[in-house]
Amino acid sequence: MSDPRVLPVPALSLVVLIGVSGSGKSTFAARQFGEFETLSSDFCRGLVANDPNDQAATAAAFDVLHHIAGHRLDAGLLTVVDATNVQQSARKSLVDLARSHDALPVAIVLDVPEDVCLARNRARGDRDFGDHVVRRQRDQLRKSLRGLSREGFRTVHVLRGVDEVEAAVIERVPLRSDLREQHGPFDVIGDVHGCRGELEALLDRLGYTLVRDDAGRPVDAAHPEGRRAVFLGDLVDRGPDSPGVLRLVMGMVAAGHALAVPGNHENKLVRALDGRGVQVSHGLAETLAQLDAEPPEFRAAVREFADGLVAHLVLDDGNLVVAHAGLKEAFHNRASGRVRSFALYGETTGETDEYGLPVRYPWADDYRGRATVLYGHTPVPEPVWVNNTMCLDTGCVFGGHLTALRYPEKEIVQVTARRVWYEPARPFPAAGQEGDVPPGAQSGAGGRRDPDVLDITDVLGKRVVETTLAGRVTVAEENAAGALEVMSRFAVDPRWLVYLPPTMSPCATAPGGDLLEHPAQAFDAYRSDGVDRVVCEEKHMGSRAVVLVCRDPRVAAARFGMPAGTTGVVYTRTGRPFFDPSRTEALLAVVRDAATAAGLWEGLGGSGDAEGGDGDPAGWLLLDCELMPWSVKAEDLLRSQYASVGAAARSALPAAVAALEAATGAGLPVDDLLARTRSRAANAEGFAAAYRRYVWPTDGLDGVRLAPFQVLAAGADAGTTFEDRDHLWHLEVADALVAADGTGHLQSTRRLVVDLTDDVSVAGGVAWWAELTASGGEGMVVKPLANLVRGRRGVLQPGIKVRGREYLRIIYGPDYTEPANLERLRQRHLGRKRGLALREYALGLEALRRFAAGEPVWRVHEAVFAVLALESEPVDPRL
Amino acid sequence: MLLTMTTDAEGASDLGYLLHKHPGRVQEFEQSFGVAHVFYPEATDERCTVALLLEVDPVALVRGKGQRDAGFSLAQYVNDRPYAASSMLAVALGRVFRTALAGRCEARPELVDRTWPLEVHAPAVPCRGGGEVAERLFGPLGWQVDATPIPLDPEIPAWGDSRYVDLRLTGTMRLADALSHLYVLLPTLDAAKHYWVGSDEVDKLVRAGGAWLAGHPAREEIARRYLAHRTTLAASAIARLAEVDDATPEELDDAIAQEEPRSVPLARLRREAVLAALREVGARSVVDLGCGEGELLSLLLAEGFERLLGVDVSPRALTSAARRLHLDTLPDRLRSRIDLIQSSVTYTDARVAGFDAAVLTEVVEHLDPPRLAALERAVLGTAAPATVVVTTPNAEHNVRYPTLAAGAMRHRDHRFEWTREEFAAWAQAAAGRFGYTVELRPVGAVDPEVGPPTQMAVFRAEVAR
Repeated sequence: MSDPRVLPVPALSLVVLIGVSGSGKSTFAARQFGEFETLSSDFCRGLVANDPNDQAATAAAFDVLHHIAGHRLDAGLLTVVDATNVQQSARKSLVDLARSHDALPVAIVLDVPEDVCLARNRARGDRDFGDHVVRRQRDQLRKSLRGLSREGFRTVHVLRGVDEVEAAVIERVPLRSDLREQHGPFDVIGDVHGCRGELEALLDRLGYTLVRDDAGRPVDAAHPEGRRAVFLGDLVDRGPDSPGVLRLVMGMVAAGHALAVPGNHENKLVRALDGRGVQVSHGLAETLAQLDAEPPEFRAAVREFADGLVAHLVLDDGNLVVAHAGLKEAFHNRASGRVRSFALYGETTGETDEYGLPVRYPWADDYRGRATVLYGHTPVPEPVWVNNTMCLDTGCVFGGHLTALRYPEKEIVQVTARRVWYEPARPFPAAGQEGDVPPGAQSGAGGRRDPDVLDITDVLGKRVVETTLAGRVTVAEENAAGALEVMSRFAVDPRWLVYLPPTMSPCATAPGGDLLEHPAQAFDAYRSDGVDRVVCEEKHMGSRAVVLVCRDPRVAAARFGMPAGTTGVVYTRTGRPFFDPSRTEALLAVVRDAATAAGLWEGLGGSGDAEGGDGDPAGWLLLDCELMPWSVKAEDLLRSQYASVGAAARSALPAAVAALEAATGAGLPVDDLLARTRSRAANAEGFAAAYRRYVWPTDGLDGVRLAPFQVLAAGADAGTTFEDRDHLWHLEVADALVAADGTGHLQSTRRLVVDLTDDVSVAGGVAWWAELTASGGEGMVVKPLANLVRGRRGVLQPGIKVRGREYLRIIYGPDYTEPANLERLRQRHLGRKRGLALREYALGLEALRRFAAGEPVWRVHEAVFAVLALESEPVDPRL
Repeated sequence: MLLTMTTDAEGASDLGYLLHKHPGRVQEFEQSFGVAHVFYPEATDERCTVALLLEVDPVALVRGKGQRDAGFSLAQYVNDRPYAASSMLAVALGRVFRTALAGRCEARPELVDRTWPLEVHAPAVPCRGGGEVAERLFGPLGWQVDATPIPLDPEIPAWGDSRYVDLRLTGTMRLADALSHLYVLLPTLDAAKHYWVGSDEVDKLVRAGGAWLAGHPAREEIARRYLAHRTTLAASAIARLAEVDDATPEELDDAIAQEEPRSVPLARLRREAVLAALREVGARSVVDLGCGEGELLSLLLAEGFERLLGVDVSPRALTSAARRLHLDTLPDRLRSRIDLIQSSVTYTDARVAGFDAAVLTEVVEHLDPPRLAALERAVLGTAAPATVVVTTPNAEHNVRYPTLAAGAMRHRDHRFEWTREEFAAWAQAAAGRFGYTVELRPVGAVDPEVGPPTQMAVFRAEVAR
């Protein structure tokens, strides 16, 4: 036995075993790799042809093998191909496969003497091919051996003889980009471009102590708390002192005080230093001139440093990725030429702009990954978050800023350029000059730019949405399909549609009497879930409305990307706008003025303890409201359905009564039928009276009333949600708005707190409901006073509605109160509605929390869309 | 739910023999949806009135249809069926007076062919289109028609009249004919709704109807209305979403346009103009964004385009398009050239990229203006084909449509209609943002003052793709 021979293999690679039939590849693979890691061509032949030796099935078998290998590599799994692979064409297709999935191709050759292989094959009954086959394979193998690296294999191991094969041990080596075990904290620094002075100032501001050599030149910098700098590349070119920057950064990296990825300028510098022909442009000339003044050893060190940098790094358990030009998620912790190219140069569309510069594909708009990606490369006036990515190149060399992001704090730290060191080819806008720069960036947390369009894969198909409240919520494909039509054609822009309210379950059915719903059942439900105090809120006779109002158009543009002249939205429970833009703005002005007069911007802004909640006044406010009258939204429905039923009844029933009275006069026995018909006539009048309460004329905003009853969220940039504030707090905020409103459009919500442990209080609650509904009210909603409450079996219903006897005529039909009808209607099934209400509640709150946390708009939209999709599930519409 | 029929002919009470119902008795007939009562409020030799009173049980009506299916629309529960004289009354009439309808009378066979002066009264008849529809349908059959509109709600006068009329018909004819007229025509009066109607069944009823139907001047209309009424309210996902937001299903589910007759030739002109533009740029693969029922795709397939993709946001439109294109029976050679997928122009979609040209016919005006930026980004920015053809109405031309009220738009779902200048401004700005040049063209006859009925923009990418 030889000594164990260690074969290093990159952790994510496509390992290609090469050896003639009988060389022991399968045995080797079984010993060295996991059960599922090896894909054998023989096995695949068996899969497609029932015979592992059926050579006629080879093409199909390799098709299957490639398909499986592709899926495994996409999933980031090392994969081994067990086939002879003695032909170059066979290997080429595997090298291509590895490259197209951005994994490294590795060759392991099992070079075993021919007689051993022949003997092994003869010992196996199922291999009936002649010795000449093995001889031919050996010839091919021998010809292949020297060229394997040239074929594209990044690692080649050749095991000669049976002993070496048996003694070999595979060692998996992490990719060079894989620094997941490094958790920081980090200070990630954008493109420096030779601006040594600014870099020194920035490091100083970040709390690093500079170390200088005898000549006073900085050669290292260390942070007292052990923080480390991460340089995003383009250290050199254009600026005044590229060697000085390199000296400092190389020192920091060598001392373990910094990490660095290369930029395209370092890449080019290496080629220039190697004497390869490069076009000396974009500031390279300055660098080369500056380096000429340095000793040759320094130039050699620079070359070695720059050449040794890894194009991207994955840090902090995969939560942070850094690359000079950014990196899409499929390329994180991958290795291939195109991964490196993306990391250095980004993706271009192949076009050039009016200044002759390449047009860059906005990959960040499409980014859906969980890892934060930080990058530089393209100077931007302000660092802004786009889908959890941020560009930190703020054009220091062009007179902008040198920018660092503290991670994990996500705080921006900047120094201003001392001067314009280099005139840019394309005019570089100073911060704040361009209209699309969010002022939020000045908060220190970085602003945000949401892409103006989302991708269909964010919403379509069967989806599972992770919620903190109720775990995974599944949306069926057909429901997503239904919701897509409404969302695309009728809903407001996803950037503004940050929430949809959940459906609400009615109380359990009253067991007897002349009612279908009674407060006792709602009280019992909460009492049995351990809730002591509930609040009963008047159920307004209008439509659910969500109001998003911004303090001013600047916030609307910066935080929500709203067009000029727009300061918010007022939308229905399926996301449709209530009004045209001018009426919407008029109503928003009412709410905004009341919020200002009530001091709500200050009150709600400072109350947040979320990130950045440093007492800044709120810039936006999201309110849960009821908008009256119902006829504003539902006049079509009221006329075509409710009033029509009334009209038909009003004409038909008196005529029927008259005919029956004539029959009675003629002595016919129709008394019962006459009595029933008279009763139905009265029911129809009651029905008409019920819907008429929902109708009154409006003109512009005249006649429109809005009753806010809950503050969903508020914030300056990111924000806070308020589901843990009790309902009296919410109603107090609403009362403050109503009190501050000078227009009369805002209306308060009557409420009563009921102590479920006190019979007197409970009786008071029942009496309050009876009084509300007797005077024509729709009913009430009973909510746990504390708001969000978790019970033994998860989150409780956020509210239970108890509707009035007369109101229910327009739901269950005019005659539902007839005793025989009522008894049959009591058999209603609430389980599905309750389940739906809870899932939608969890999704709605998830959307709010994601939005308030400043997550990308696709993450918010995913949850909002899921609410709409669930709403399209079939459920008894009377509940 | 109530219908009375009166005659003052001599021997009026003989009507009882013919109807096979004794004037001195009250009779009940169980129906699946309730009970039909037949009685005579008046029965003398001078004057005889028979009443058919249908007592609909609204709870049983729904429960009988399968209580386990919770997918019903709210309209199943609260509707006019207990009150209105419509299809249920017709069904009951057909059953209760089956013998009379068939023209048989064993006791007094001579009464069958007697003509009677009759007055029919139905106090609540749903009659979409107003009284003149009743006149058009019953008049040619020898009835004098008196249809009084019923107000929608007397306490809300601003709402005007309901779709119901108080209908009185007077005429002299055989009883069997009178019953036959009512049996077929009552349901048709209700049915101007075109929602969920399949149009290929139209001829069936005409064949099934009696001799009078075949010769009726309005038989096409009768057939259409009859079939429209019969279709049930299918609870599609979009109908349910309409419901949760208190909208009528027709309000949201209008992706399959009910085109006005005036626009049919225009639609053809539009398709031809699009085809010409696609030919001109040499496009061989085309994605039709907002393909609707697939009229354009059908043309392009016949014209030999190599690869076609129809995209619509409405599953119902796609189903309809698949039917129109006969996707399930196309020969492989054709089938491999065309696909249909659900997607939306306000989202980016990789499946929509890679075509020579994209077409947006009559699509942009269905988007709220703030969503146009998303469409631009998705189509011009991300899918980015070499050519994009957009058509949209020319708002200036609307004054040439006499039936269109001033300032009104051509379709209830249009969020805007552009003038030529507005369209040009939008097209040029969008082209500039995404590296296209744009050329504007008229579609249809150009009116010297107000321009063409439809306008078209052909976007071409500045850089070859």
